[in-house]
Formats: sequence, C-alpha cells, structure tokens
Amino acid sequence: MTMASYFQIITNMLAVAVALSAPYIFAAIGEMFSQKSGVLNLGVEGIMMLGAFTAFYFSWAYDNILLGIVMAMVVGILMGLLMAIVSITLKADQGISGIGVYMLGWGIASTLFRLFIGGVQSISGLQDLQIPILGQIPYLGKILFQHNIMVYLALLLVPASWYILYKTPWGLKVRAVGTTPRAADTMGINVIKTRYQCVIIGSMLAGLGGAFLSVAQANMFANDLIAGRGFIAIALVYFGRWEPLGVLKGALLFSLANAFQRWFQISGISFPYEITVVFPYVLIIVVLAFSYKKFSEPTALTVPYDREFKG
Amino acid sequence: MNKILSLEMVNITKRFPGVIANQDVNIKVNAGEVMALLGENGAGKTTLMNILYGLYNPNEGDILINGKKVKIRSPQNALDLGIGMVHQHFMLVPSLTVTENVALGINFKNKFKMDLKVVADKIKKLGEKNNLNVDPNAYISQLSVGEQQRVEIIKALYHGANFLVLDEPTAALTPQETDQLIKWIREIIKDDMGVIFISHKLKEVTEVSDKVEVLRDGKNVFSVQTNKTNVDELAREMAGRDIELPTVDKKNEFGDVVLKVEDVWAKSDKGTDALKGISLALKKGEILGIAGVSGNGQKELAEVITGFRKVNKGKINFKDENIVNKSIQYIIDQGLGFIPEDRLHMGTVPGFKVKENLILKDYLKYPFCKNFILKPKYIESYCKTTVDEYDIKCPNINTPTHALSGGNIQKLILSRELKRNPVALVASYPIRGVDIGAIEYIHEKLLEARNNDVGILLITEELEELLNLSDRIAVIYEGKILDILEADKATKSKLGLLMAGVKEG
Amino acid sequence: MNKVINKVLFNVTILLFAFLVALILGSVILLIAGVNPLFAYKAMIINPIFSVYGLSEAVVRAIPLMLVGIGISIAFRSKMINIGAEGQLQLGAVAGGAMALAFAGAPKIILIPLTLLAGFMAGGLWGGIAGWLKAKLSVNEVLSTVMLNYIAFQIYLYLIRGPLIDPAELAYGTGVPQTQRMPDSALFDRLILGQRIHSGIFVAILIAILVYYLLWKTSFGFRLRAVGEEPKAAKYAGIKVNKYLVLAMILSGGLAGIAGSVEVIGVHHRVLEGLSANYGFTGIVVALFGSLHPIGVIPASFFFGLLLIGAEMMQRAVDIPSAIVISIQGLVILSVVSSNIILRNPAYRKKFEKLIFNKKLLFWR
Repeated sequence: MTMASYFQIITNMLAVAVALSAPYIFAAIGEMFSQKSGVLNLGVEGIMMLGAFTAFYFSWAYDNILLGIVMAMVVGILMGLLMAIVSITLKADQGISGIGVYMLGWGIASTLFRLFIGGVQSISGLQDLQIPILGQIPYLGKILFQHNIMVYLALLLVPASWYILYKTPWGLKVRAVGTTPRAADTMGINVIKTRYQCVIIGSMLAGLGGAFLSVAQANMFANDLIAGRGFIAIALVYFGRWEPLGVLKGALLFSLANAFQRWFQISGISFPYEITVVFPYVLIIVVLAFSYKKFSEPTALTVPYDREFKG
Repeated sequence: MNKILSLEMVNITKRFPGVIANQDVNIKVNAGEVMALLGENGAGKTTLMNILYGLYNPNEGDILINGKKVKIRSPQNALDLGIGMVHQHFMLVPSLTVTENVALGINFKNKFKMDLKVVADKIKKLGEKNNLNVDPNAYISQLSVGEQQRVEIIKALYHGANFLVLDEPTAALTPQETDQLIKWIREIIKDDMGVIFISHKLKEVTEVSDKVEVLRDGKNVFSVQTNKTNVDELAREMAGRDIELPTVDKKNEFGDVVLKVEDVWAKSDKGTDALKGISLALKKGEILGIAGVSGNGQKELAEVITGFRKVNKGKINFKDENIVNKSIQYIIDQGLGFIPEDRLHMGTVPGFKVKENLILKDYLKYPFCKNFILKPKYIESYCKTTVDEYDIKCPNINTPTHALSGGNIQKLILSRELKRNPVALVASYPIRGVDIGAIEYIHEKLLEARNNDVGILLITEELEELLNLSDRIAVIYEGKILDILEADKATKSKLGLLMAGVKEG
Repeated sequence: MNKVINKVLFNVTILLFAFLVALILGSVILLIAGVNPLFAYKAMIINPIFSVYGLSEAVVRAIPLMLVGIGISIAFRSKMINIGAEGQLQLGAVAGGAMALAFAGAPKIILIPLTLLAGFMAGGLWGGIAGWLKAKLSVNEVLSTVMLNYIAFQIYLYLIRGPLIDPAELAYGTGVPQTQRMPDSALFDRLILGQRIHSGIFVAILIAILVYYLLWKTSFGFRLRAVGEEPKAAKYAGIKVNKYLVLAMILSGGLAGIAGSVEVIGVHHRVLEGLSANYGFTGIVVALFGSLHPIGVIPASFFFGLLLIGAEMMQRAVDIPSAIVISIQGLVILSVVSSNIILRNPAYRKKFEKLIFNKKLLFWR
C-alpha cells in the first residue's frame, strides 16, 4: 500500500470516529450536568432507547425527522421528570431508581416497536451537510466538516456546556449544589429546583443521543440499537472527570477504538467475531479502572438533599 | 431593605419526629447589642437559629422585625431581610474561590454572564473597611479555619446583613483569635448592628454580650443582663443543677512508657504532609493531652497510631513493638483502645442494634462466638449488664444505635473500649457535642481508667477539658509537637500562644 | 415478637401499595398500546392461579428468581449494587452444563452438587471480578456489572455456538446453538407428571434458609452486614472491608450462577439461547420486594413467578409483546424504592402500628 492510501484509511477512520462520538457526547454531557448537580442517573440507556424509538417512529410515520427529534427530546424530558421525582423528591436510592428508569424505557420502547412498527423498517435519515470551504480542506475537511447537522450540534455542545458551567450564574449554582448542597441552600439557592433542572436537561440530551442513533446513524430501529451506549456514556463522565472537555476526549477516544474495530472486522483479517464485539465493553472497564477518581467527583453525588435532616 | 432595629422570636415551637427541639421559646435583640444564646448541646440553640434563618420551618410561633410579623421560609427570605448567619460548620463550597462563594448568593441581572471582577473588588473593599482581610481569588480549601470564618462574615456583609448570628464561632479558634473576634464584635455593633452570639463557653459569653438568654431542653430558663450575673450562676442555669467537673489528682509516679511515637511522617487525605516528624511518649497511668487548633494533624496522629493511616516514615512502639503499618485488627488485639472523632459513623455502625455495636470488637471471641457461630444468649446478657453498668440510656438493647443521643452513643463506645481492658487508649474529642451530664460521666470514667494504669492520649480542642484531666499537655502545630508542658505549669494563655505556633525563648 | 409481626405487616402493606401504584401507572402504557388494562391484569394476575399449569410454571420461574434475588440481597446488604446477575447466571448455566456433560457417568448424588458447584464458581468468578474492581480500583459496580453482562453474553453465545454445540446439530447441519441433552443423572426430578415443576425448589428454599443463618447468626454475616451498613465503622472494628466487598460479590454472583445451572438441569435440560430470560433483572425487583431479606425473598419470588407466567398468558390472551413486563417491572422498582421514604420514617410506622393495635383490641373485645 502507498503512503496516500494509509492516509486515506486513517482519514476515513477518524471521520467515522467523529460521527460515532456524537451520541456519546449528547448522552455524556447530559449525564455530566445531572451528576454535577449530585444526581447519578443510571437510566440513560433506557432514555436513549425510548428517544431512539420515538424519533424513529415519528420520522417513519410522519416522514418528518425534525418532528422525530423534537419528540425524542420531549420524551427525554418526561423520563427525566420521572427520575427527578423519584430520586430527588422521594429521595430513593439513585443506584436502583436509575435501573428502574432503564427497564421502563427499554420495555416501553420494545413493546411499542413491536406493536406500532412490527419489524425491520428503514428511513432515509439525516443527510450529511458539507460545510462550504472548510469541507474542501484536504483530510481535515473529511474528518470534521462533512457530517450531518447533529454531529456539528454535538461538537458545539461541548464548549457551550463549558461556558454554561463556568461562566454563568446558573453554572455556578450547579457546581455548588453538587458538592455542598447545604451551603448552597444557605445562600438562597433552591437545591431541589437546580437538581430537577439538571436531571431534566440531562435526560433530554440522552433522548437526543438516542434519536441520533436511529435517525442520523442507523436509520432504523431495533431492540439492540443502543447496546449499552447509555451505560458507556455514564462511564465517560467518570473518565472525563466531570469536565466537558474530558468527556469529549473520552467520547472521541472511545469512538476511535470503535471505528478501528469496525475497520478490523471488514478488513478481512481473521479473528474471532465475539472478541471484536466484546472489545468496547472491556475497554470501558479498563478505562474506568485507570481513570483518576479522587477529588473531582461531585462530593454530594447520589446523596439526596434534606434540609431538615439531622445528621 | 430596612435596617433591623429589633428582632423578636415569639413562642417558637419546633418538633422533630420523637423530639421537641424548641418549646415556646422567646428572644428579643435590639440593634447595637449582643445577645448571647447560651445552652448545652441539644438545648435547642442551633434549631432556633436555623428557624430564624429559614432552614427549618417552626411548627408554631412568629418572628417579628421592628415589631412587624415577617415570614422566613427560606434562607433567601432571611438574606433579603438583612439577617446574616455564620454557621458552626461553615457553609462554604470548598472547590470554589472566595469570590465564587460570595457570588453564589447574588441575583445576577444578566443570566448569561457574571462579572466576578466587580465582586472581587467589592470583597476587597469590604475586607479593608471591616478589618477582615482575605484573598478573593483563593480557593476555600486552601484557607485556614480562621480565614474561612472571615469569608463567612464577609459573605453576610456583602449581602447587606445588618444583623449577625454567630453559631459557636470560637469552637475552632485559638484563645488569641477568640479575643480578636470578641473585640471585633464589640466594634461592629457600634454601627447599630445586632448580634446573636451562640456558645456554651461561659467566659467568652460574659466578655462579649450585653445580655444572656439561657436555653435548657428546648425552653427559655433564664434571661439576664450580662453585668448582673456571673459565670457560676450561668453554669448552674445552663445545667439545671450544680455541676462540678472532676479534675485529675496529681501523682508523681507513672508506669513505663507504653506508647512511643518517634519521628512519624504521614500524609493527609489531600496528599499533603500532615505529620512532619512527630514524636511523643505516653506512660502507663498517664493522661497526655494533645492541644492544638484543629487541622494541625490531630486526626492523622490518632489514625496512624490506631493503624488507619499509612505511615511514610518513623516508628510507633506499642508495648515495645513497632506497630507501624500493622493491620487494625492486630493493633486492637494488642490492647489499644480508640474513641474516634466521628462517633456515629466510625465508632458505631449506625444501623446496627445497640447490642451489635457493644460487641463490635469482640464478636469473634469466645464466649461471644464459637466456631464462627454467634452466641445470642451470652451476647444478650452481657449487653444488658453493660448497658446498666455504664448508664447507657436506650429503650432496649435491640434499638438501632442511631436513635440514641450523642452522649449515650459516646457512653456506648466508652464502655466497649474500657471493658476490653485496654493497655492504652486514644480518645479523640470525647466530649464534642455531648451534654454536660454525660461530660461529667465520661471524664470520671477516663480518670478511673487512668488510675487503673491505662495510658490515655486525649485529643481535644477544649482547653478546659485538657487542664482538668491531663497530667501533661503536648501542643501540636503543623504536624509536629511544638512543646510539652506539665499540666500544673500550663495556662490558657501559654497554651494559646503555642497553639498559634509561637514558642517563647 | 409482636413488634416483628407489626413490622412485617407494615412492610407488606406498603409494598403491596407500591405495587398497586406501579400497576396503575402501567395501565397508561397498556392504554397507549391499545389494550384494556383491567382485562390484561386479570389475565396476568388471576388466570395463572386457577390452573395447575399456571401454578407449576409460576414455581418454575420462582426458583431462579429466588436464587438470584437472594444473591442480589447479599450484594445490596453490603452496599454493592449488582446489576450483573444476568451475565453471572448465563455463565453459571454454561459452566454447570459443561460439568454435567463432562461427568455424565457419575451418580446423581454426586453429579447434581457438582453441577451446582460449577455454576456457583463461574457466577462467583464473574461477580468477584466486579467486586475486586470496586475494592481495588474503585470502579463503580453498576457500570462494571453492566459491561460484564455484555461480555458474559458473548462468551455464552460463543461457547454454545462453538465448542459446546450439540454434535447432532452439526451432523444434521441445523446449527441451532445449544448443547447436548444433559445426562439423566444430572437432572432434577419433575414433581408433577406432565408439568415442569421440579425439585430444584427445595434447593432454592434450603439456600434461602442457609443464607439467612449465615447473615444473622455467624461472625461472617456480622462482618458482611457491618461492611454494608457503615464501612468506616467496620474498618474501625478491624474488618478488612475490601475483602468482604469481594466476598459479597462472589456469593452474590455465585447464587446467580447456581440459578443458571438449576435452569439447565431442572427446566431446559440443555444450555440454549434465551435461557436467562431476564431473570437477572427481575431478580433485582424480587430482592427489593423481599426487603433484601433471604426469607422475604421466598414469597417475593413466588409472587413474581406468578406475574411472569401471568404475563405470558396475558400475551397469548390479548396479543401484546412480553417486553411490556419489563416496563412494568421498571415501574415496580421505581415505586418500591420510592416507598422507602415511608418505610424508613418511624413516624409512619408508629401511626400504622397504632391502627393495627387498636383493631386488635376491638377484635379481642
């Protein structure tokens, strides 16, 4: 092979990785808001599943992808509201309530899919949008500027969420509420309200991430469409140490590994299929094991706030 | 926002599940005066102030400002009315800067941008004006306790407070810092500031206040002009009876050295050096007090001795054996008792029954257990005796431990540690947050153990307690022992200087 | 004693109430799906009770649920949220199956325990990995167990498609991914002719009692519970906290593994695809419903066994995908963990006890 064809392969792989990273970015940035405020939402997987189904259903039935995406966000908001009521107001154990949300979302999506759609159907999906001039840059143009609009949206979400967290009054509140809620409360901050907002925003983004998978990537829906991406997104928040840039790095690294695995599978090199499938999950465990956890975790994570609690 | 000329709390009642924290409590404070709110732990002072600050909602009663009824349903209401509060446990976000902490309470007009520079400048100005200097860009986690207190006060002033509530503000200060604070308070009330000063330390109360309100068991029991009372009278009213805390009787003969710490180095949780070559020796039958401002390595000292924390360098000899980095179980088995600082979560398993906590260190031993099977009958009878013997007040031995009061939990821990006949005992803050009846009891028991030849390392921030109990007092400062004084030569001012790191001569 | 009865009565009342709330919320999903909720719930809850088939199948499902539920209770008691029972069960099934096939000639009295032991070890290994990751590298156990589920599933598929596939499948070229039939000497006896209910139920109940004894009557259990209730205090008492976290996860995974091998030698008589039937997740609901108590798990597993077969019967009666049960289980989890706010508050319990006590007085008069 020539040098140029190697570059071609690498460029393609990077371009695929950027596209693959979008659903992780949506879900993980959302989860980051939730966790920054002190709520561990383990239901992301189920919310993504429901978001994916909703987006697909409306795109398929009404031939309107935008409607589908909006409805996926609405469904995400509703699921977030449920998670918030159970975990914040009713102070349920977040490790378990998240699993409840996961099963609920998964079950509804799977049921309604069988009932309303029945079998494999596909849609045309979101089209790639080549950005003029920038898209023409050799290599770089292909990697960054020839994607569908949701990929650009995901990439923009990273600096936007950084700005919100560190430069706005609301972001300051979020950071305080997740570490020392009582201190925030004495400063007149509504801890409960702030946490509700974060959980709901997080779920909405998870719904969006699910929608991406069904209407902007696979262009179909199936029961194993999400395949653990929601849980992986949660792991990426840990990996990224609760920072938007860290989350982005994690999502890109992970997607690159995924793109490599895809290329490997179609490259013709003989290798047990099961091992390549298992690879991302093993990678996540390794990443979790060796990411640095101390000091950056929001200290009030998973602890419900009770103003009159006598500790 | 109007100036607060007078503030009244009328017939306040607050009930928690199973407890009445305040019952028909009344107080009144005018601008330009300091009212001391005095009472033992659990008398209801903090609850009353949390009601004033909107953290708790009272079941009954009203709050009047300048004679008019006001509703305070959240801290935001209190802030808006001009009430500022400095909590006993500081309400600061350690991962944020001083400026960001202050900015948390600001209602910014522009939701998409905040100008922290303006805030920082104003903090600087406020600090200069009120003699409270802090670096606005420092992270809270880098500040000392005294500095954090200044941040708390600045925070209140920044948000326009003209009425201050200070909840146990001197708890973590050196005597010298306490004097400064008292002087500062007398100064600011000249600008018509009203102050409520909460404390259980009588001497400072008489120094700082214009009038005193004593609470006991959640009720008003005594109110008086400060210049018409004295320390003894206040002590009697606070406890409801005459309390004479036991003191150590001097002896000249001590046993052999049982615990020897030599040049020990260890890191804090944050990874900084907490112990920097600390050395001390504890003899049998001796109480060695450790004095110091909290955060100077007391916690780490107790933890390295008991095996909780890794020692990076140095030796700890217990009964002539180096126990550095040995397992906790091994050190327990050698006969070292430990009354930990975190009573509820370390000294006991809160969800366990009283009887389970009483055998927390003995469940493996015969006759509590045989062939890995617990012996319920023996455990029951043993625990029933212990509960009676140590006067642990609980409905029965099957009650979950978290339902007990602080004093009774401490008695439970004390009984467990002492009944194991320890050779030496590390006691960290044994009376923190405990009512005076229990203090009396705990002190008697510690002295009794000393007289039975147990060596006791007593870590505490209460100078009174140190002077009453210790044979010798060592002062810890920045991870080292600065000096060791014979108890009869130690005075509060001498200790105070040492605690601030000043060594004479 | 009276107090214990009152407490149990209170818990059961609240749990049933939570269940009712979940059913009411679930009816919204049913309505969206275009099914009459009353009809569906009748098919689900009432129908199985009135047939031998329904009752037998309920017990068949209760057996793995009980084992998984006890395991999850152990993990939860030591504050380890084990979501990995599904994978642990699958590996237990395949290990048990392999063991039974390898020692096919052995007598029943040896082969059954051997099979269960293999299941225990495989599941225990899988749970232990998550425990070790948590103890040594503080990896969140929810995430690691979920990832391990995906990995276990692939291993499971690989084994029954490849090395362990029934040679007959290869010979006929059908290639259904399943193992050979288990030898007769490895099988649990069927208790009723023509029904699938089998003697594994006694094993499950025995294990429940043993685990209860282990947790509350031995020094091992004392340590395990202390670690779960308050790790700091456990450490203070000289207990090696990390070791007990790992042990709890090994036990938890091991019981899920036993559930897997019981399914092989009790129900399917082969290791085949879809054997785990989501028991790993339903087991979480069962454990919560049983108040994380091994004895409480016994009735809870019968209850959910009934619901699962009920759901299948409902699926046939009203033609609705069985995935709906998963969503209803999700709702049950949510309402049960939410009801903790009532269960934990002593004031509510006192009120309830008063009510019951007063009624009793009336009754005695």
